[in-house]
Amino acid sequence: MNLALRDIRHKLGRFLLTCLGLALLLGVVLSMIGIYRGLVEDALSLVRAPAADLWVVEAGSRGPFAEASRMPGDTREMVARVPGILEAGAVTYQTVETIHQDRKLRLQVVGYEPGRMGGPAAIETGRAIAVRHGEAVIDQRAGIGLGGRVRLGRDEYLIVGLTRNHLSTGGDPVLFLSLRDAQDLQFLPKPSTYRRDQARGAPPPALDTVNAVVARLGPDAPADRVAREIGRWKHLGTATQAQQEAILVESVVEKARRQIGLFTAILMVVSAVVIALIIYTMTMDKTREIATLKLIGAPDRTIVGLILQQALAMGLIGFSMGLTLVSLVADRFPRRVVLQAEDALMLGGLVLMVCVLSSGLGVRLALRIEPAAALGG
Amino acid sequence: MNGVGALAELTGIAKHFGEGSSRVDALRGVDLSLHPGEVVGLLGPSGSGKSTLLNIIGCVVEPNAGRMVLDGAVVYDGAWAGGDLRRLRLDKIGFIFQFHNLLPFLNSRDNVAVVLELAGRDRRAAQNRADELLDYLEVGGRAEASPGQLSGGEAQRVAIARALANHPRLILADEPTAALDSQRAAIVMDLLIKVAREQDAAVLVVSHDEKIYDRFDRMVRVRDGVLESGSA
Repeated sequence: MNLALRDIRHKLGRFLLTCLGLALLLGVVLSMIGIYRGLVEDALSLVRAPAADLWVVEAGSRGPFAEASRMPGDTREMVARVPGILEAGAVTYQTVETIHQDRKLRLQVVGYEPGRMGGPAAIETGRAIAVRHGEAVIDQRAGIGLGGRVRLGRDEYLIVGLTRNHLSTGGDPVLFLSLRDAQDLQFLPKPSTYRRDQARGAPPPALDTVNAVVARLGPDAPADRVAREIGRWKHLGTATQAQQEAILVESVVEKARRQIGLFTAILMVVSAVVIALIIYTMTMDKTREIATLKLIGAPDRTIVGLILQQALAMGLIGFSMGLTLVSLVADRFPRRVVLQAEDALMLGGLVLMVCVLSSGLGVRLALRIEPAAALGG
Repeated sequence: MNGVGALAELTGIAKHFGEGSSRVDALRGVDLSLHPGEVVGLLGPSGSGKSTLLNIIGCVVEPNAGRMVLDGAVVYDGAWAGGDLRRLRLDKIGFIFQFHNLLPFLNSRDNVAVVLELAGRDRRAAQNRADELLDYLEVGGRAEASPGQLSGGEAQRVAIARALANHPRLILADEPTAALDSQRAAIVMDLLIKVAREQDAAVLVVSHDEKIYDRFDRMVRVRDGVLESGSA
């Protein structure tokens, strides 16, 4: 007869409430891990969208995601002619804030030449940008549907396509514009500024500027050789796709990663303490029953089994409830929460380990209960 | 009665708690024999040492000196004689408590069956034996009831059934009638006497309940840690 199960059934409501409390705590831990994974995925989705092998950036710059990088617009043509490069595309990156339907909307604007590299990896609904001016593709997280319009600067753009999970490192939805529109948005000064600059004899603004050129290499073209070739132009620098991803993960999201990691570790310690206290209290509540069991001859393994099985059941149920809860509400988080199976398995294993270790306190208490405590009033 | 054929035989059993100025001698050289089929009352004022004596006979508390033989085997002789005391309790001793001490998370049947399963019986055999015992004690109709649903008398009968489950040779009852009215107390005593006679077990009952004194085959009185002369 399984005494642990019987005891749980006897106080099912209380046990489930305890599990729910634990589930909420573990749900927070899972969310933190999911937010971190989301942060990295978002960051990588941006850098992976062009499906590039090589990034050409301004010399001395680590690329458009880490710092400023500006190059003349015709860099793409130069790069495209380098032996080993199959195709190339010019891109711009910019963060903008606008008002849409009376709410503030932050967007990561990516400019690319329609038909060339640099656009969205996939379009969920609708189509890609087909004209040079006035159309946009936006991530569905922005909450703007197909046919919707979004105003950026002086112009309004028609949404012709929707993407999924195209977000910036800050969790802002990505909006794709044609390169020309994006350049105007980023580099064209306001009319008043333009008139003032002209009045003081300043040169006209260099509108044909890009932040990076992405390139795809041929199968027999090693990235380092092509990079060396491009490096001969002193105003250009290069980074492979792997390097660009590493820059994003290690530099841009590193602080967030450490912060979330620390917070997760603290939460795990809190969870361990809470589990230990719950098990200790559950054992204390059963002092008389444990003393009776000992008195009537139950071996220690029966007593230890009772506590350990309940601790494991609590951990397992609490974790499962937490996982279900987070899975249900993950899409409602302001930031993307990515729940990976291996993270869930790792946390589940960790929770069970914490349950076993934490139950040590309860087991110690149980083993010290004297059978004589069952006698008398 | 002398110690010949005794189920439990205690010789010179002593027990003290604390040391030095705080030392309390709970038992001082107690000799006691319990025989099959008899119901013995263990009487004495509070603090006289009767609970300590019950705990020692039940192999729950270790004495400091003396010798104790249970069912022909030396259990204590200056030190525990070795062996698994919990197994000994499981196989040879049945306990009945003042407040029945039924496990609240098990129904009546399982409260009885649990000691059988602990002793190694399979689940079905344990359940059958538990049903037999509950019928024997006339609470078979309450087999599915949890302890919280039982009256005081019913709960005590289930506790007696649990104590009898493994055919113990010795039954130790600590104030088994204290929480019951006179009628139910009489029924419980009837049962204990029936068990002692039919199962040839020795029953030792600690009690302050004068109403049941006339039901004992004999009474032993403890005062200041010593059995009063002639009572062993």
